Amino acid sequence: MSISRINPELFHKLVGLAALELTEDEGAYLLTEMNNQLSSVNALLQVPLDEDIQPTLHGIQCQGAGPRADLWQPFPTPGEILAGAPETEDGMFAVPDVKGAK
Amino acid sequence: MSLNQLSASEVSARVRAGEISAREVLEASLQQIHAVDGCSGSLDYQPNDPAEEQKVHAFIRLTEDLARSQADEVDRKLAEGENPGILAGVPVSIKDIFTLHGIETTAASRILWNFKPPYTATPVQKLINAGALILGKANLDEFTFGSSNESSAYQPAPVNPWDPTRVPGGSSGGSTASVAAEEVALSLGTDTGGSIRQPAAFCGVVGLKPTYGRVSRYGLMAFSSSLDCPGPIARNVSDAALMLQAIAGVDPKDSTSSVLPTSNYIDALKEGVKGLRVGLSPDYAHLYYPDFETGELAQESIQKEISQAVEHAASVLADLGAEIVENVPLPNAKYGIPTYFVVSRVEAASNLHRFDGVKYGYRTPVEVEDLQDLIRRTRAEGFGSQVKLRILMGMYLSSEGFAANYYQRALKVRAMIRRDFERAFDPNGEHRLDVILTPTTATTAFKRNDVFGNTVRMQYSDQMTVSANHAGIPAVSIPGGLDANNLPIGIQFIGPDFREDLILRAGYAYEQATQTEAWRAIRPAVLSQEVKK
Repeated sequence: MSISRINPELFHKLVGLAALELTEDEGAYLLTEMNNQLSSVNALLQVPLDEDIQPTLHGIQCQGAGPRADLWQPFPTPGEILAGAPETEDGMFAVPDVKGAK
Repeated sequence: MSLNQLSASEVSARVRAGEISAREVLEASLQQIHAVDGCSGSLDYQPNDPAEEQKVHAFIRLTEDLARSQADEVDRKLAEGENPGILAGVPVSIKDIFTLHGIETTAASRILWNFKPPYTATPVQKLINAGALILGKANLDEFTFGSSNESSAYQPAPVNPWDPTRVPGGSSGGSTASVAAEEVALSLGTDTGGSIRQPAAFCGVVGLKPTYGRVSRYGLMAFSSSLDCPGPIARNVSDAALMLQAIAGVDPKDSTSSVLPTSNYIDALKEGVKGLRVGLSPDYAHLYYPDFETGELAQESIQKEISQAVEHAASVLADLGAEIVENVPLPNAKYGIPTYFVVSRVEAASNLHRFDGVKYGYRTPVEVEDLQDLIRRTRAEGFGSQVKLRILMGMYLSSEGFAANYYQRALKVRAMIRRDFERAFDPNGEHRLDVILTPTTATTAFKRNDVFGNTVRMQYSDQMTVSANHAGIPAVSIPGGLDANNLPIGIQFIGPDFREDLILRAGYAYEQATQTEAWRAIRPAVLSQEVKK
């Protein structure tokens, strides 16, 4: 497998997709660090994988009770949640218009 | 001995016996905080007082009023003959990544400015139910993303109580510093790649990462959901066991919390190590570090005094009747950090999309064009560089065209890391281990500003701890000596699934057998007036 590097074009695309804005210095630093981290990650490409190995999402098999029943349960104090919002209107979160929306 | 020096077990016993009141314990703790901690972390800190350089700065926010009401409740229960709980009157700090109802919870990030959660995290609630006194929210690396606490948006960052020119480690650095500086007896931390154990090693305290699912994650702001583990930080092994007893157990609010019954961690301590099989692995004798050009791993030796501390601990345990098993192969441990770079970044990027300036926390004050502009500007101003880096890296590694090479492969390597441990602990296998003994870190605490900014080097300070997170198994770091600079050394015991009792037993046996060693009489510099200029 080929070893990858992140080029400035791909980096700027990622910044947009991540809904971020960066200063020039910050962008230069982050791109350098991403490629340095990728040097470490690329070591994985050299690992001889065991043939029978299956990917795991958790180290241990989850012993949990599993998800709760998907039932609507009203939060007892919704006003408390709204009180923490940057802006509200008529008991709802308020945001600027969405671009292109009518 | 002052009240602040008492262990949590002693405080609880004396409060419950009516020898001291919870209120007295609380006031002594607050006095200590005011003496050694200096100013709390803030978003607009301006350094202008040299005296602050010598302070610990463990906290973002003190919760004195809350703690006073909790102390009064403990004293009331005792007066009325009720059981106040196993942590009655014990002062505790909480890493500021756990929600606490009505108390600002920041994750050390500007983006959560003024966020007051409408609910309390389960492990925090369990501490309160057990009679603990919540004294404050401890500082951390922003969203836990770091190993030194320097990335906190709330400055000044905590320092190492043993030498304020050095970092406390991270990301639970405020927590471990607050315990080492005797400001509190216990702290609640989190460990995703070593964030309890690495700072515990750096600060000379005990830090336990339980098995994944042993302690509920409800109310913990997620970094990497398949790796995050809340756990205890204490000054001795008994206290770590006591705290684990209080916070462990199933929680209907966390579907990954385990339904398996908890052990009696406190009683188990006294069972000793006679007959226990303790493994040593050559794969934990070196640090494996990438060559930036080739991506291949180069090898560096760990600090000699740390290797010697591990050898000494093995010798102590052998004298107590443990069987030492050498040359246990854990060959995939060296891929722990590359695997972590992938798994943790992908999960972090997913978890961080929710912060957008709409529902809670910080919103940009500048005029914006539309909703997308609002979100972009809020995230640009609200997140620090380390958070942005993790989001971008996670998005890259999980993007179409790269995920097969990186994410899918990392999940397989993670399974191989897990398999190494399964083989080592297999009761019918070649090694049949009960616990594995390793260093916690490759070095003792490094100087502030020496590593910060070099994100690869910083991440590799978790080389010895991260594999237990990948495997989901429990591990504890305990003090194992001091180096030539009087900086703490941590040794680590790793155990099989849900066998926290075994690693605590091994740690306790070592701790008790080394009580008279000279290094144990030396105290952190901030407590002994030996602070270096």
